[in-house]
Amino acid sequence: MEFMQPLDWEEALEIKAAHPEARPIFGGTDVMVELNFGRERPEVLMDLTRVPELREWGEEDGRLRVGAGVTYTRIIEELKERLPGLAMASRTVGSPQIRNRGTVGGNLGTASPAGDALPPLYVSGAEVEVASVRGVRRIPVEEFVRGPKRNALREDELILSFLLPGARGPQQYAKIGPRNAMVIAVCSLGLALDPERRELGVCIGSAGPTPFRAREAEGFIRGVLEEGGLWESRSEIGESALARFGELVAGAARPISDVRGTAEYRRHAVAVLARRVLRWAWEEYREGR
Amino acid sequence: MRLSCEVNGERYQIDGVWEGESLLYVLRERLGLYGSKNACEQGECGSCSVYLDGVLVCSCLVLAGQAEGRRIVTVEGISGGEGLHPVQEAFVEAGAVQCGFCTPGLIVATHDLLFRNPHPTDAEIREALAGNLCRCTGYEKILDAVRLAAERA
Repeated sequence: MEFMQPLDWEEALEIKAAHPEARPIFGGTDVMVELNFGRERPEVLMDLTRVPELREWGEEDGRLRVGAGVTYTRIIEELKERLPGLAMASRTVGSPQIRNRGTVGGNLGTASPAGDALPPLYVSGAEVEVASVRGVRRIPVEEFVRGPKRNALREDELILSFLLPGARGPQQYAKIGPRNAMVIAVCSLGLALDPERRELGVCIGSAGPTPFRAREAEGFIRGVLEEGGLWESRSEIGESALARFGELVAGAARPISDVRGTAEYRRHAVAVLARRVLRWAWEEYREGR
Repeated sequence: MRLSCEVNGERYQIDGVWEGESLLYVLRERLGLYGSKNACEQGECGSCSVYLDGVLVCSCLVLAGQAEGRRIVTVEGISGGEGLHPVQEAFVEAGAVQCGFCTPGLIVATHDLLFRNPHPTDAEIREALAGNLCRCTGYEKILDAVRLAAERA
């Protein structure tokens, strides 16, 4: 095994080009488990924690561009006003020790359907910025995540950052698990409201091979809000509409049964989450928060 | 490979480190610092918690090479001297110890919590220590110890 430690982004890309088999490691919360349990013995390990470009975030053409190595703790502390949904999801990741190390870039690299950071990226139409010595590509997150633990990275590419608009309205994230911490989602749900554009995004996590948007449910609730003039009146969404919304979200889910829960339970749970999360977000909107 | 880092204020140069090994392994097996415990090796239990450049981490999830040139503080270095740190004293007094396996990690995590938030609420204590598992105490005396340490700070 070889250990490499690039000190800047250019060097990291050169190493990746020369050693396509190199396994990138940042927070180590996934990679170290594989190493500790002897499940993986990469020929080359490339530590990216010394690459300053990965730890930066800033604004770019009206969007936020967040380095793949910004930890969950920093997202919670530094970006909770701009990205409340992602900050909320970040708070549900592991423990303080894990959030101090784990990164959204890692979530994208691992591409687990249960990745907590993914639904908030999906509902905001985020793009993933990847690069190699050949150049830079920006890929919509929905195309980037290809399947369970599969993503669109080519063998010489690394994840540099993700780009998304700052919140345009209330955002929520909730997940189901046996306790409040250290939980891999049995299922999860992210939601973002965009009152100015009269839009919303809903994404289901951990109930399909990848996270995915529940577009029919989005369309239904968009219609309810539009027809009822609810965006203007800020009145409550009726119980029957909430119930139908939950049903549509559950209908979109493609869960499997595994150690964390049965398909049937997941389908039920995403309906409950969907109703709750929409109600919370709508309450926020009604109160003008 | 060779690893150079600072542990509890002392500089170390360690030869023969395997590229895939964890900081926890280096601390325990190469430096003989057995305070940090090896239990789950997957960041679930918190018993290997240490500071890496002032940040609370699970040392089982830090690749040895990532610690190159960094400052590490383990439970052995938390008091900065011979005696016990007030957090350690509070654990002793409150009887927040049974088998003792989770204690070092809990001491370091509590130290980090009280540094960032000297007067935490019970909810904040629970959230801060959520990554440290104890299978003996039922946590009540651990919460007592954290409250006691916070009162005295």
